[in-house]
Amino acid sequence: MTGGWLRIYAITYLVFLYLPVILLPMFAFNDGTVIAFPLQGFTTEWFVQLAGIEALHGALLNSVIIALTTASLSVVLGICAARASTRFTFPFKAPIMGAIMVPLVLPEIIVAVSLLVVVVQVLNLPLSAWTVIAGHTLICTPFAIAILSSAFQGLDQSLEEAAIDLGETRWEAFKNIILPLVAPGIVASFLICFTISLDEFIIAFFLTGAEPTLPVYIWGQLRFPTKIPAVMALGTLMLVASLIILSVAEFYRRRGVARVGGKDSGGFL
Amino acid sequence: MSIISLQDIHKYYGDYHALRGINCEIGEGEFFSLLGPSGCGKTTLLRVIGGFEDVSSGAVILGGQNMAGVPANKRPTNMVFQSYAIFPHLSVAQNVGYGLRKARLSKAEQDAKVTEALEMVGLSGYGARAAHALSGGQRQRVALARALILKPKVLLLDEPLSALDKKMREQMQTELRRLQRQVGITFILVTHDQEEALIMSDRIAVMFEGEIAQVAAPQELYRRPVNRRVGEFIGVMNFLDARHIEGADGKVRFDIHGLGKAVIEPANLPQGARAYAPVVGLRPEALSLIYEGDAPPGKRMAEGDVADLSYYGDMTYYEVLLDGMTDPVTISMKNLASRPVLERGARTRVTWDEGSLVVFGA
Amino acid sequence: MNSEARRGLLLISPTAVYVLLLLAAPLAAVVAFSFWTQDFLTIDRTLTLDNYREAFTDPIYRVLMIRSLIISGVVTVVTVVLAFPIAYFVSFYVPPERKALWIFLITIPFWTSYLLRVFLWKVILGFNGVLNSGLLGLGVIDEPITFILYNANAVVITLAHAFAPFTILPIYVALEKIDRSLIEASRDLGENRVTTFFRVTLPLAMPGVIAAVLIVFIPTIGDYVTPRLVGGPNGLMISNMIQTQFLKLNNAPMGATLAVLAMCAVTAISLIFVFFNRRYLR
Ligand SMILES: Nc1ncnc2c1ncn2[C@@H]1O[C@H](COP(=O)(O)OP(=O)(O)O)[C@@H](O)[C@H]1O
Ligand SMILES: [Mg+2]
Repeated sequence: MTGGWLRIYAITYLVFLYLPVILLPMFAFNDGTVIAFPLQGFTTEWFVQLAGIEALHGALLNSVIIALTTASLSVVLGICAARASTRFTFPFKAPIMGAIMVPLVLPEIIVAVSLLVVVVQVLNLPLSAWTVIAGHTLICTPFAIAILSSAFQGLDQSLEEAAIDLGETRWEAFKNIILPLVAPGIVASFLICFTISLDEFIIAFFLTGAEPTLPVYIWGQLRFPTKIPAVMALGTLMLVASLIILSVAEFYRRRGVARVGGKDSGGFL
Repeated sequence: MSIISLQDIHKYYGDYHALRGINCEIGEGEFFSLLGPSGCGKTTLLRVIGGFEDVSSGAVILGGQNMAGVPANKRPTNMVFQSYAIFPHLSVAQNVGYGLRKARLSKAEQDAKVTEALEMVGLSGYGARAAHALSGGQRQRVALARALILKPKVLLLDEPLSALDKKMREQMQTELRRLQRQVGITFILVTHDQEEALIMSDRIAVMFEGEIAQVAAPQELYRRPVNRRVGEFIGVMNFLDARHIEGADGKVRFDIHGLGKAVIEPANLPQGARAYAPVVGLRPEALSLIYEGDAPPGKRMAEGDVADLSYYGDMTYYEVLLDGMTDPVTISMKNLASRPVLERGARTRVTWDEGSLVVFGA
Repeated sequence: MNSEARRGLLLISPTAVYVLLLLAAPLAAVVAFSFWTQDFLTIDRTLTLDNYREAFTDPIYRVLMIRSLIISGVVTVVTVVLAFPIAYFVSFYVPPERKALWIFLITIPFWTSYLLRVFLWKVILGFNGVLNSGLLGLGVIDEPITFILYNANAVVITLAHAFAPFTILPIYVALEKIDRSLIEASRDLGENRVTTFFRVTLPLAMPGVIAAVLIVFIPTIGDYVTPRLVGGPNGLMISNMIQTQFLKLNNAPMGATLAVLAMCAVTAISLIFVFFNRRYLR
């Protein structure tokens, strides 16, 4: 029983999923300025070109800083919330957790618009990297919580009590026992948040200041047909980078599972 | 002299009254068990002693010191958790040596202590193993070594054997007992298994619904349960309606339904009871079947029919419906070559031992 | 309050305060703005329903709103219907040790830049695009097909692609949770494969399907990139208008009003949807 028709359907569906992804490197290495078939021949010119675009480097640096900050903030906020929700019972737990997870289903434009209104109209502050970070942290934190909760959930509460019983304080028990055991979850959630922030456009477009993020920069380039091959090259590099980051995240998740002697039950997504 | 004194301990979880006035003294070097059905508050009491739960009122005195406000990590107690709580990211040796970090020992001293502790629990040479690769019995030993290495005044064990299979459990029972004698530390064991408590303990506290019903040594507990509930919980007991007869000679007599009259020795009467319950208890081994050819039993004899039986190999348990009674009594007989196992429906004679009667206070 | 509860509240408070300050308060500000008006650069803070009146009477807003809801609905149905068999296949037909690999394969495409993915769909669906060149080359069609770019269809195809993993994963998780002996029990009690699917498997997978529907439907309304790039003039959605109001026309109150209306509409539809499916969520 291999599900004959279903298997054919699944493979067709995978082709549908991979169609744009396969085109990306094709056009990145295509020796022609028009993004259309037939392909013109092989070139690495577009990659070489990338090295010379100052604005791109600025945007990339900006995006990386924003993504690192967002990921750090999200992971810290995520640890607090995930730990609180898996270890303690407290009044109004469900509504508080619900509110924290809301950005997961909120249309991103709503997050963007509401922060824009507050920052520009109410507080009268200039838009900057910080406004983007604020928005990105809001949408990344629920992802971090989701990953970290499953890490905290798997912990036997008596592990912490055993450490305390053997003479550690609460904080030491958390630091020496809980943190090492959830470290893979922390690394994984950090990388996921980093990747989400790096790629996020809808919020960044509203909240970015004078210095655009990488996706905002790309958006600007998409209007100029001559710039597009270089953008394709850039996209290819970003895909490769994402895949490396994800593989690292997956590696850490697996190691975490192995470390506590658990059974592997699929990816962290 | 007592190492632990529990003074009128109450514990509430919200509205739920989990511990309802626990008073108990536990002696130094004693193997003490908390025995009771699931949900009666044994774990809660153990965690109160260990400092993992606050009391709602009352005091835990440990080694002469009131433990109020003393956190778990500062108490001279260590715990073997029901799940063992072996740190999965550390090796066996790192687990066992975990609590030594605060002791400021040299590396060599630490290693020596760890080796010694592993040897004590029969895990020599396992130090470098990853903790999560151990079997259940081995985890249990690591948990023991890890707690005992700190030389606590009291070792707390929460159902440490319940996760093991039967063979392993029996082996660990003797081993735990041996270990306790060897280190001389007070052990407090939580268990719901009455047989385990009887085998292992110096004294047993039987708990029901947040209260201690009786504290006694195993033999005393089996021999003289203070009430019907304890008697029922520890082993098997027959309960027979009985009427107290005031004798002119000052002796206490009972007229037992189905069996007849009996004189109770003063030593077998419940202490301090002003009146007696209208029921007496009789263990299955205090009743016996009389086979053809056995010596005539004298006056203490009744007759009945075998209603049912369970054959255990070494023993047979008979359910015998005595004449004039509505419920059968349980009688245990050792199986010997000269004693054929009776069939269901067989007519039989039954004798009983007056000295084994258990009388309850009212 | 006992010490456990206090510790829990203390621990959750940084995250809760963050959400309160950066989500709840801003949302409240948006609602407030929707009742104000703006005259060039000055905000008039008298409360008024003018914006709402305008939003309901001006046909352009009404058309955009209705179109957005329809597109979101169609995207949701298409995405979930296309995704369910995949989740079912991976859960029931892929051997356990290969499941993680399949899930990984399904998620990889989504780590390509979102903007570029949408852009590439434009390349695929366009007049000289990959699809048309391919079909022409194969002789399947004689002239390029045009009904798939710069209209709502293109938006649906692109978004169905964009949300694929977000639908497959919750359904897959729900299917994985189904105790396989339940299916055997149903067969044992005389149901065939198809009836078993409808009487046992599907009802038990419904929580995943409901989650998938909400995960697609709600955010879709907020996307302005896809309609802008592949939608053409007749594929624009309410988010494009919100964006225009805020960033081009500089009319924050009107933008806020449209945002509030879009959010209310989506929430109302979602609640109705959940209400009609509540029996599956117990
Ligand atoms: N943290 C808690 N919150 C609320 N009720 C509890 C908690 N811990 C235990 N209980 C309740 O207290 C009673 C006694 O529990 P426990 O001491 O674990 O019983 P035992 O170990 O004898 O089986 C049970 O009814 C249990 O439900
Ligand atoms: Mg217990």
